[in-house]
Amino acid sequence: MSAVPLGPESLALDCEAELQRIAQWIPQVLTQKLRRRGLVVAISGGIDSSVCAALSVRALGAKKVFGLLLPERDSSGFSTERGRQLAEHLGIEYQVHDIAPALEALGCYQQRDEAIRRVVPAYGEGWKNKIVIAGGVEGGINFFKLVVQSPDGEQQSVRLPLREYLQIVAATNFKQRVRKTMDYYHADRLNYAVVGTPNRLEYDQGFFVKNGDGSADLKPIAHLYKTQVYAMARHLGLPDAICNAVPTTDTYTLPQGQDEFYFALPYAQMDIALWALEHGRSAEELAVALKMTPAQAQRVYDDIRAKRRATEYLAAAPELLPG
Amino acid sequence: MSTIKADVRRYIEENFLLGAGAVSPGDDDSFLEHQVLDSTGFLELVAHLEETYGFKIGDDEMVPENLDSLNAIEAFVQRKQQGVA
Repeated sequence: MSAVPLGPESLALDCEAELQRIAQWIPQVLTQKLRRRGLVVAISGGIDSSVCAALSVRALGAKKVFGLLLPERDSSGFSTERGRQLAEHLGIEYQVHDIAPALEALGCYQQRDEAIRRVVPAYGEGWKNKIVIAGGVEGGINFFKLVVQSPDGEQQSVRLPLREYLQIVAATNFKQRVRKTMDYYHADRLNYAVVGTPNRLEYDQGFFVKNGDGSADLKPIAHLYKTQVYAMARHLGLPDAICNAVPTTDTYTLPQGQDEFYFALPYAQMDIALWALEHGRSAEELAVALKMTPAQAQRVYDDIRAKRRATEYLAAAPELLPG
Repeated sequence: MSTIKADVRRYIEENFLLGAGAVSPGDDDSFLEHQVLDSTGFLELVAHLEETYGFKIGDDEMVPENLDSLNAIEAFVQRKQQGVA
């Protein structure tokens, strides 16, 4: 066992020092590497994009930051409301652009619903859906379940066959990719750079869409654990509605926590697990910190490593043949 | 080699190894440990087994003990065919 106990205190952050470090880094990157004059930040209403927007304002001033709110048919109204609240709070110029017509034209909703109907034929108008991960934490093999809710509120859950799972994910990925198209339209128009908003957990574990939210010119909080991003939000004095927001994907029509869709555990525990793995702590130590068995802790470590392997290509540059 | 193992080995070679020179897994080699299959790969394998052998694999059967090596798959398929899994 290491001398220093493992726990939430492992993630303690000197927020002011970190804020200063990021606020100095952003203008350096913009002037020396990217040669752009400001930043575009797509604001989802969640904690990560809110902190990125606030850090951008601290670094450059409100006049050099452009906010984008990009709701679609399945976004929660609360998200757009919180996004507006943040933009007003920061005093930045922003635009709300409903991307539902673009997604409709691309067949996003139609392709997704067609795949869902192959599994649940009754699925249609007024139904809601989400995908949840299963298997892995109990020592099984990860697989995905489709949860649907009929208009009268009845829920059913079925394991997704591979083809349908892939089609649903491929169709919903249109959302992140269309949003990125909008980000770059405005970045090109303003001669700005695009901010990517993943936290360390998302970036490390590949929880993003390639050429969607994974695409950006700089990622100012990709080194911060999600717990630290919340601490930074409070330090930055962001509105309570944002500081207290529960992380969701805001991508499917039923409320869906990120831990239901992708991570083995809720983010506060995932943060500790990732920190422990990066600092060479044993599965036994992690087990004590997370109040689980060593075998369960080992499965969490295995899952983290497996996701790294599976998603490595998402953040990589294209492979080239040496010539 | 049994027909089941030969079939699964051929499926793995054709779909996952793609003739890239990787050594085909031994009968007891863990697909996970040898990084032959990731989680999507297991879903593909499950679909293949269901289509080839005409049974449904339950959620609670999606465990390494049933699916993580050629020997494990052979035993699992045989149990399913005999109606004891």
